[in-house]
Amino acid sequence: MQNIKFFIVGIAFGFVAIKAEIGSWFRIQEMFHFQSFHMYGIICSAIAVGATSYWLMKKLNIKTSEGETPHIVPKVFTKGTVIGGLLFGMGWALTGACPGPMYAMIGGGLTVMVIGLFSAILGTYVYGNLKDKLPH
Amino acid sequence: MNNFLSSPWPWYISGPLIGLMVPLLLWLGNKPFGISSSLRHICAACLPSKAKFFDYAWKKQSWNIVLVLGIVVGGFLGGVVFKNPEDVDLSENLKQTMSQLGLSDLSGFHPQEIFNWQSLLTARGFLFVILGGFMVGFGTRYADGCTSGHAILGMSALNWVSLVATVCFFIGGLIMTHLLIPLILK
Repeated sequence: MQNIKFFIVGIAFGFVAIKAEIGSWFRIQEMFHFQSFHMYGIICSAIAVGATSYWLMKKLNIKTSEGETPHIVPKVFTKGTVIGGLLFGMGWALTGACPGPMYAMIGGGLTVMVIGLFSAILGTYVYGNLKDKLPH
Repeated sequence: MNNFLSSPWPWYISGPLIGLMVPLLLWLGNKPFGISSSLRHICAACLPSKAKFFDYAWKKQSWNIVLVLGIVVGGFLGGVVFKNPEDVDLSENLKQTMSQLGLSDLSGFHPQEIFNWQSLLTARGFLFVILGGFMVGFGTRYADGCTSGHAILGMSALNWVSLVATVCFFIGGLIMTHLLIPLILK
């Protein structure tokens, strides 16, 4: 029951993702061909709002609803940041959807993306089993 | 109102709304905005493995799986119930590029010539849907994040690692778009 609020946040994000068209293969191609400002505007304004609100939460000492201090755990640099980043970028251009919009597109009627999602789960599974053998 | 819900939203409305996910999830439970982690939790919950990578208290991360279930429902509301009756308002340059690639059907979000169940058994469908999906799942975990966890959350925390990751996402996307996709669609 604790989790219902996250279900509602998910619904909101899925809806916005469709209205923003960030799960559109054509939009992603347009971005990688530098033919429209749309995706850049979305990414940059999202970062601006995210960064400003995190800064304000810290500055004004705003606690979470459970009374904790909000904290974003910084990610650590490894060789995977580069190699994995390149691989993900290539997959992003192929599927035309990063993970969030991938879920949204499945709900939005692109049923074949269920197979893309299964492949993504398989990719994560293969990574998890090979992790110790990969350069980090 | 109905028109507002079915029409696409410009970047200056949708972008800030996406950015608000960061403080919203922090405020609700000190949770990081990150979606590709859900793939790991699904593996840990459903697939057998002796790997240490999947040996953790995934039940504590169940909020993340609930979040992505919500995204599917939100996608249904946005893409089916309040479907935009018009095609995506793409730039003329992109339309030209698509015709050079031999893609004529620009209706919908994805080229229907590639993204359909029948084409899964063709080289194209396999590469775009199956290999593409695999690279998304493998790459995001290897890089420890995707567009949400690195490009938006990590950059919101001004973490340089996330900037490196985001630049690599773009380089990978540019290589695929400019060098490989034209070859695949030839």
